[in-house]
This record gives sequence, structure tokens and C-alpha cells, in this order.
Amino acid sequence: MAAFRAILIWAALAVVTAGPVVVAANSELLQYRSAIYITAGCAGVIALALLLLQPLLAAGLLPGLPMPVGRRIHRWTGATLLFAVAVHVAGLWITSPPDMIDALTFTAPTAFSAFGVIAMWALVAAALLAGFRKSLRLRPQVWRLAHTMAAMVVVVGTVAHALMIEGTMGTGSKIMMCVVLGALLVLAVRRLRPWAGVSRARETQAQE
Amino acid sequence: MSHTLMDRRTLIATGTAAVLATASTLASPLRAKSLAPTTSMRGGSNNYLPGAPVVDRIGGGGFLMFGAVRRAGDGVPLEGIRIQIWAHTTEGHERDPWSHGATLTNADGIFQLEMPQIVPAFGQPHGHLAYDSSEFETVFLRPVMASSRDRSLSAHFVLQPA
Repeated sequence: MAAFRAILIWAALAVVTAGPVVVAANSELLQYRSAIYITAGCAGVIALALLLLQPLLAAGLLPGLPMPVGRRIHRWTGATLLFAVAVHVAGLWITSPPDMIDALTFTAPTAFSAFGVIAMWALVAAALLAGFRKSLRLRPQVWRLAHTMAAMVVVVGTVAHALMIEGTMGTGSKIMMCVVLGALLVLAVRRLRPWAGVSRARETQAQE
Repeated sequence: MSHTLMDRRTLIATGTAAVLATASTLASPLRAKSLAPTTSMRGGSNNYLPGAPVVDRIGGGGFLMFGAVRRAGDGVPLEGIRIQIWAHTTEGHERDPWSHGATLTNADGIFQLEMPQIVPAFGQPHGHLAYDSSEFETVFLRPVMASSRDRSLSAHFVLQPA
């Protein structure tokens, strides 16, 4: 029964992540785009799929992947996510420099640009917290809350960014992906309770 | 439909009255003063290539960009105004020179230019238009299509003398 449940979860995950990528790869818009533009758009879709894995890995929700293993993969997925976003931004910059400069300076006419850039900086913040965890010497509870809060901004910004865009992703598969991503974030945060112990840690710090 | 709601005489009388009322409102100096110039839209000038040639149509056509050009203040239609148009279409990116073209307004201040179908780019199906000649202040517009399946898009200019 447990094996059946595991197969079901992994199969569902494969459909939810790979499905929208396949739909996007078959978009009729691709024929009107240069290779660099296609790569940039594709990197964005892949980033969304990778982001969906993060709460599952962080909270150890995937069958067959115990928490320590999941956390290690979570770090690698995070690094890949950062790379995918870099390709997304760089590719769009090459395709249309003024549009990307407008987005990065929050002067674009489109609201989704701002959401995307906010999500990008929150992702950078989450990655910096992870990369400099030891040298930052934050209390574990404070670090966890900060990383989780950054991750929440990433998810909210990304979902708004993706849903408002008319691009290569299919509307149905995109909405499904965003709903699942939001649900998994809530599930993971409720499971991990990153707020637990933060006030206690602060009290201890104040006493010292 | 044997009965009509309105006989011919009433129709002509009402119609004439309506036209006169509208015309007098438009001619009223108080009303005319309120015609403010169009301001440039955010991102309107992105990928602008100055000096696009006046063409019969951009590429293979199939999509219509149109609009009206009037003078700020009195709202007089402006003839012979050069409007430059570009977009990401089925035939090229915004930055491609062959995606750009210009056209002139007719005696009624109307311009229209056929171009290839606009497709969504950078998240929205949109076009770009520019008035960038010396007589009036420069204006850049970036209208967005209600649906990417639309076969036409309009944008209007109210120009301020330079």
C-alpha cells in the first residue's frame, strides 16, 4: 500500500512538472521566436517546475527521500533554480534590452515584470542565506524563518508573474502548476513550522 | 414589423437635432480647450528605430493598425502626419528592421497600415507607435490587444505643437 502511494505521488509529480514543460515546448509562438528568446522562455518554465520541487524536498514530503537526502537535493535544486533564472533574465535581455531594463528598474508597463523581479531578488536572498549560513551565524530558528519568508515571496511573486503572462505555457497547465505550487508551499510551511522557537531564541539572546 | 417606432419626419428632426447638438458641443471653445495632448506610454519607445520608411504595408500584411491624429486644444484632424509602427509579429522581432514601417494620415486625420499578425511577446500581444517629427511634441504609444487573436489594433494621438 505504501509502495502504491509512493508510485502515485511520484507519478503525479512527474505529470505536474513535466506536463507544462511539454505543453510550452509545443507552443505555436515558438515558430516566431529566435533561439535565444526560446531558451530564455524555456528557462522560466523550467524554473517554475524546479520551484515546485523545493517545498517537497525541504519538508521531506517525497516518499523514499528522507529529510537529510531531501535537504541535500533541495540545495542542488536551489542552485539550478538560480541558474535557470539567470538564463531567463540574460536571454530576455539579449532579445530585447529596453524591455529587460524597464523590468529590472520597475518601470515596465506590465505588472508581471515587477512580480518577476521581486521573486528574483527574493530567490537571491534565499540563496545567499543558504550559501552563507555558517558565516552568518544566525540562530537556526531565525535562519529558518528568514529563509522560509524569502521562499514565500519567491512563490507568491513567481505565481503572479506566471499567471499574468501570455506566453508559451498553456493556460490550463500553468494554472494547475501554480495551484499545486501554492498548496505545496502551505503544506511545507505548516509541516516545518518555521516560526517555532523564534521568539524563544530572541528571549535567550536578550538575556545574554 | 408593420409598425415603425418613429416616422421619417421625426427621425430626420431628431437626427438633425442630435448632430447639431454634438457639433455645437465640439465647436464650443470651452469644450475644445479640454482636449489634452496624448502622453507617451511606459515602454512605448522600446526597440524604436528612428526613420522607418513610409510603406504601403509592413511585410505580408493581414493585420491592421489604425487610429486618428488630432491637434491638442481645438481637436482639428491633422493631415499628412507621419506615424511609425513596429511590433513583434509572425514575421519578425521588434528589433528587426523589417518589422518597422511608417504611414501618413489622410485628410480626416486617419492613418491605417497593414502589417503581419502581432503575436504575444514579453508577455503581452502589443504594438508600438511613434509620432517623432519636428512639428509636434514626440509621442510613443504601446497599445495592448484585448485578445491575441484580434486582427486589428487601434491607437490615437492628440499632438501638442512643439
